Amino acid sequence: MSVRDLNPRRQAERVVRWNEERIGAYQGIRGAMRYVFPDHWSFLVGEIALYSFIVLIITGVYLALFYVPSTQQSVYHGSYVLLQGEQMSGAYRSVLDLSLDVPAGLLVRQTHHWAADVFLAAIVLHMMRVFFTGAYRKPRDLNWYIGLTMLGLAIIEGFLGYSLVDDLLSGMGLAIAYSTAMSVPFIGGQFANLVWDGPFPGSSRLFARFEIIHVFIIPAILTLLITVHLAMIVRQHHSQFPGPGRREQNVVGTPMWPAYALRSLGLLFAVAAVLVLLGGLIQINPIWQWGPYHTYLSENGAQPDWYIGWLIGALRLMPNWEVHIGGATIIPSPFWGGVLFPTVVFGVLYAWPWLERRITGDRAIHHLDERPRDRPIRTAIGTGFLSWVVLIFIIGASDRLFFRLDIPYTSQIRFWRIGVWIVPLLIGGVTLMVCRHLQRTDTHPLRGWEGTIVEAPETIDGAWSGQHVPSRVDAATPGRGRSEEDPPPGPADERGRTP
Amino acid sequence: MRSRRHHRRRFSAVARVLALVPLAGLLLCGLASGAHAGALPQGESLFDAHCASCHGYDLRGRRGVAPSLIGVGAGPVKFYLSTGRMPLANPQDEPVRETPIFDPSQIRSVAAYVRAIGGGPIAPTADPAAGSLSLGFKLFDENCAGCHSIVGRGGIAINAQVPDLGQATADEVAEAIRMGPYVMPHFSTAQLDQHDLNSIARYVLWTRHPDNAGGVGIYNIGPIPEGIVAWFVGLFALVIVARLIGERLA
Amino acid sequence: MIARLLARIVAFAVAARMAMRRRDSDLAGGEAPGAKAEVSGAASEASGAEAGSGPADAEDPRRREVPANPRAETLVAGLLLAAALLAVAFIAVFVVTGLDTQLLGAALGGSLALIAAAAIVAGKSVVVQETAIEERGTLLEPEAPARIVDALSEAGEGVSRRGLITCAACVAGAAVTTAAVAPIASIGPRLTAIHKTPWHRGVRFTDIDGRLYRAEDITVGSLFTALPEGADPELIGSPLIVLRLPEAMLHLPSSRRGWAPHGILAFSKICPHAACAVSLYRYPEFPSGGNDQPALTCPCHYSTFLPAEGGKLLFGPAGRPLPQLPVLIDPNGYLRAAGGFDEDVGPSWLDVRRPSQT
Repeated sequence: MSVRDLNPRRQAERVVRWNEERIGAYQGIRGAMRYVFPDHWSFLVGEIALYSFIVLIITGVYLALFYVPSTQQSVYHGSYVLLQGEQMSGAYRSVLDLSLDVPAGLLVRQTHHWAADVFLAAIVLHMMRVFFTGAYRKPRDLNWYIGLTMLGLAIIEGFLGYSLVDDLLSGMGLAIAYSTAMSVPFIGGQFANLVWDGPFPGSSRLFARFEIIHVFIIPAILTLLITVHLAMIVRQHHSQFPGPGRREQNVVGTPMWPAYALRSLGLLFAVAAVLVLLGGLIQINPIWQWGPYHTYLSENGAQPDWYIGWLIGALRLMPNWEVHIGGATIIPSPFWGGVLFPTVVFGVLYAWPWLERRITGDRAIHHLDERPRDRPIRTAIGTGFLSWVVLIFIIGASDRLFFRLDIPYTSQIRFWRIGVWIVPLLIGGVTLMVCRHLQRTDTHPLRGWEGTIVEAPETIDGAWSGQHVPSRVDAATPGRGRSEEDPPPGPADERGRTP
Repeated sequence: MRSRRHHRRRFSAVARVLALVPLAGLLLCGLASGAHAGALPQGESLFDAHCASCHGYDLRGRRGVAPSLIGVGAGPVKFYLSTGRMPLANPQDEPVRETPIFDPSQIRSVAAYVRAIGGGPIAPTADPAAGSLSLGFKLFDENCAGCHSIVGRGGIAINAQVPDLGQATADEVAEAIRMGPYVMPHFSTAQLDQHDLNSIARYVLWTRHPDNAGGVGIYNIGPIPEGIVAWFVGLFALVIVARLIGERLA
Repeated sequence: MIARLLARIVAFAVAARMAMRRRDSDLAGGEAPGAKAEVSGAASEASGAEAGSGPADAEDPRRREVPANPRAETLVAGLLLAAALLAVAFIAVFVVTGLDTQLLGAALGGSLALIAAAAIVAGKSVVVQETAIEERGTLLEPEAPARIVDALSEAGEGVSRRGLITCAACVAGAAVTTAAVAPIASIGPRLTAIHKTPWHRGVRFTDIDGRLYRAEDITVGSLFTALPEGADPELIGSPLIVLRLPEAMLHLPSSRRGWAPHGILAFSKICPHAACAVSLYRYPEFPSGGNDQPALTCPCHYSTFLPAEGGKLLFGPAGRPLPQLPVLIDPNGYLRAAGGFDEDVGPSWLDVRRPSQT
């Protein structure tokens, strides 16, 4: 009979031993605990997106227990006075009951919806950080493509969630989505009718289809891509801003255990807290006020969730161009705003790392991020492109934002059909000048001089690897940086490892 | 509702005006005597001072400037004056809701005057208490939401603003439905009977304080304010937290 | 109580920030930019970083501090207990009045916020604060590509019909993939239905509640939604918008003579741009200020059509006019379709039938 050892340390060792005997994770655990995260707040925006996704999964599982993907129409005689006697689909009915009759149902539903809006917003902000600091350059270009794919999937995922409810707004959204799918040249008709299982509003199987895509297929793909995204970060380690002791080959910052783990845990709970507080205190998508959708109903000023707003803007902005040859309509009018525009935006974003390599000739590995001002041309192109999309997004809401102005809507649209090409050029030009000014004076754009010396990357690289690296201006100017030789293949590709 | 459609059909606007012009003189004699003593002179002087420059002293309007008021009755007068949409400084402007320049008794006297001279029906009214909220919602959804948006927050029509109904009274709702102010269509008693009218008025009053079970309603117009909150409250707060966490530790 | 806790957190955060700022500027003051290259040259092993006392170099960012901050520890414990309290409050609200979303949200959200605050304070002021250096290691080993390809190629050792097998595998792969995807064909597409609407000669007009429309119901200056008698109202081809205009105002294409008896016009209510319901009707009783004609507008993207001209587009992105349906008034005064649509309703696609004359 052995006396049971109650020493906490021994007990802890016993637990670890149990684990180690089975999986032998010592090396991995040790590495993970010492994994170093660079200390800069902007590196946490991606984590906000990640934690929003976790909130989405948890709340979504709860919602899935109540949702009924039925298009079957019935007459409402539930608890809510306003909708007595309304014809509504089973899908709308189930979400209505969840919102008004299930304890905490509305809290979870609103939290889910806010989480979706914040998830997409955080992804976009994260991408902006990555773009403007050059963190997408080799070896992170692969992760840029994965992130971009996740953005596209998340937009579709959000739109499907918005559509499943079958309230007035979601029905109008689906009508537009169907029409946009129809507008794909040549195959649009087949494609849309394949997805909707017949002409709009689709068959009785429609919501069952959309639900399985929304609750299983896309979340599964997103989970997989997030895993790859994170695994790739761990393999390459975080990029970092230049600073004292920071080099291409190291990461300086807080180790995972214990300080960073606690802080990140704090961020997880902060994300959950903000989303639950929004879900409880600020109303989102009150479907009991919108009423159910029927094909013959619509309302003025209907809008999609914000992450679709840029497409509505493009649809509203485009003139009624249609290309038809003989009896065949080759390009229906929703194609320009609904298909071509997002294709161009995503195409440019996918192509950018490659495009930049072609223009600057910089094929080196980069682990040190750049300040936006140090790459004025990239920053100018980025803000110009971003403002182009944002402008179209705002025009999509112009019926709401500017309807108290005395300018007729038709004149506003006609103005922006031209202005949308000019204003981004101006914004890009101003950005270029601001960047160059900041470079000269080396002040912080918001706070002024703050005392922390942020060392420019090429000083370290150049001094360190002994090879000439194009200066900031050279590299950022198309054509000039091109004369630089590509770094030799092999060991020197990982600069600094040259013997 | 069905039966009323058969016997209480409404003339078209043009037909109505044409039919009523010969009756104007007759109505003038018949109604002026019955009108409230003292109201008519006051109404006439107010009308002459504020309205006649466009609508004419004979109420026949001016082509391209202001419509004839012959036969319109009291409803439109009350509607336009009580919502401050008239008098209009520039007749080419869109009349929008403003602080009325007349008090209710003055409005009544102008309405009585216009009806005494031009004839037409008395002002329609609505009794929201007698209406059904669910019927009001259904009818609003089918007939009004296309322009006014589903919670009555207004929006745009091409080259015109659709007003927010947040300040509309029940009677103003009834008047607007019957007359169709500015570019709004109008709805006859065959299409929307008095019970329908009461119900719609009840729903419109309900939209002033809709059932915001989810918390702050943020204008009840859907995704635009929601997107603004998501970015500038939700994400902004989280970026502040990130800033606190990720402060550079030297 | 919560308010006081929040105030403490804020005060603490501000103080922590100030302290960090001071440290930042101290460090910046002691820096000599020229010394950069030497620091980076010093190989810092992970073990060295862990030791906490690196080479005596002004440029070495490694730090290790043990905060030993009893006040912060108390604060963390207090925050956690308050979080537990609010979580219990959430359960209480859930049990007592489960439908008060605001109370539920405030309790649960507050609880989560307090846990967040506790974790952040613990992470910044209770546990060891360390700035460490970790080496990235190398992604590309110089000989790796060649070796990997060698290793892969070894599979082909002694195989003589490599090309044949590769070809066969490709053929098999393509065939199996096609076979796997083929069942998708059974979920569609069925494009036969797309040209059909429930409207054909003789179908009567009903309102949304199923009552039949008579000609005299349709008055000038108002708008009516009509559905085909006895058909599914949710079909894209079903809903109509019905209006009456003074006949003098009509300028219909000559091929549509007789489509609008007594000025009664019927159009598909579905916008040919993006399939929203065209429910915005402008009828200027007194034309002024640029609003001189009656117009139908789709509130999704503001395509605007002129009913008097057979649904011609006035403004907006729609690529086709609003499809018009010929109207018939039967001897009993009921409205009927005088025929089907002679064009497709709904959005455009490759084989969409356009109006014969626009």
